[in-house]
Amino acid sequence: MVEPRHTSADITVYLRRYNPERDARPRWQRYALRVLPGMTVLDGLHEIQEKQDATLSFRFSCRMGVCGSCAMMINGLPALACNTQIAQVADRTLALAPLPNFDIIKDLVPDLSPMFRKHTALHPYIERDDVGELENPSGEFYQSPEELTRYLQFAYCIKCGSCMAACPTLATDPEYSGPMPLAQAHRYNNDSRDAGFHGRKMVAGAGHGAFRCHYAGECSHVCPKGVDPARALQLMKRDLVLDYLRLKRRRTPAAVQGPARDAQRLPDIPSAPPFTVRPTERKT
Amino acid sequence: MRETKWWTWHIAAGAIILIVLALHMLIMHLSSVVGAFNPSGGEAIAWANVLARSKMLSFVIAYILLLGAALYHGLYGFRTILFELGPNPALQKVINVAFWIGGLALFALGTGAAIVAKML
Repeated sequence: MVEPRHTSADITVYLRRYNPERDARPRWQRYALRVLPGMTVLDGLHEIQEKQDATLSFRFSCRMGVCGSCAMMINGLPALACNTQIAQVADRTLALAPLPNFDIIKDLVPDLSPMFRKHTALHPYIERDDVGELENPSGEFYQSPEELTRYLQFAYCIKCGSCMAACPTLATDPEYSGPMPLAQAHRYNNDSRDAGFHGRKMVAGAGHGAFRCHYAGECSHVCPKGVDPARALQLMKRDLVLDYLRLKRRRTPAAVQGPARDAQRLPDIPSAPPFTVRPTERKT
Repeated sequence: MRETKWWTWHIAAGAIILIVLALHMLIMHLSSVVGAFNPSGGEAIAWANVLARSKMLSFVIAYILLLGAALYHGLYGFRTILFELGPNPALQKVINVAFWIGGLALFALGTGAAIVAKML
């Protein structure tokens, strides 16, 4: 990492440009950019788009490392453009390219739809037999703080695709589920409210599932949220093996805990303000 | 789910190799220290000692176990490397079938040799 500067500096930005309607293959295009202190890669892209080249395409939304839209290759590593200050990664030159292991829609915009198809195939949501309760909840599924910590780290995933771009297995096997979908499957498998392990293992334990991972660990290295998908994958492999050997502990999904009837508000907690909008009638 | 089964056996074969190979190292390379299973004395690889061990049922079982585990573990690992090269599904099937046939043939050959040696 380059030592951040506190003064402005002129750098050269190399952008990977590609318009599938016009270009046969991607090409590099050079731009000059004055970097101000605190300027992020996303700020720099806006600067170039507004003042030099309005045809440049890139994806962004929240600008604060939450939505995961602006993941791209920044000087050879996947990272969030909004979360990376130029002065920290570039002294004189900055190279920006779309995430590898994905098709390019245009310029720096990758087509993430294969990732989300794989994600959907692994049922990234709470699955239970009591569908009626899920549709019309009568209370909350109880979960202790200890149960929460079993999957909390993996729940920080923002689906930016950085891990998928860094995965060497995905580079050779496009059908491989990949670190994000598998880590999210593990996140739900370890949720005490869930009972969907047997549905997910059909995909996770198949030919292009968790066992294709050979633990290069690059997914965890580049994850901007510290999710550690490589760890989730190894834990998932363990769960699948234990399940095959019938040694996996059966878990009853968390029961519904109805509203507390005898509870009283503590004296120092103020009551909630009145509704500004009338709450919708709950379906029965 | 087939991959889960194959992976589990891959890990189990690795554990078996670890144990049986440790015994092999102990007997073959530390014979002067350990001194076990060398009834004729001298080097562990002396013909008389090799023949004596081959006639012990426990060794025949260990040989077959090591052969099976090493073949399975090695071929599964090699298959994983080949699959990393991105063969199409038809070629993957050919690799699977070829490895199963080749592995079973080698296993049969080695097992036969161990049994024949026991009967010498």
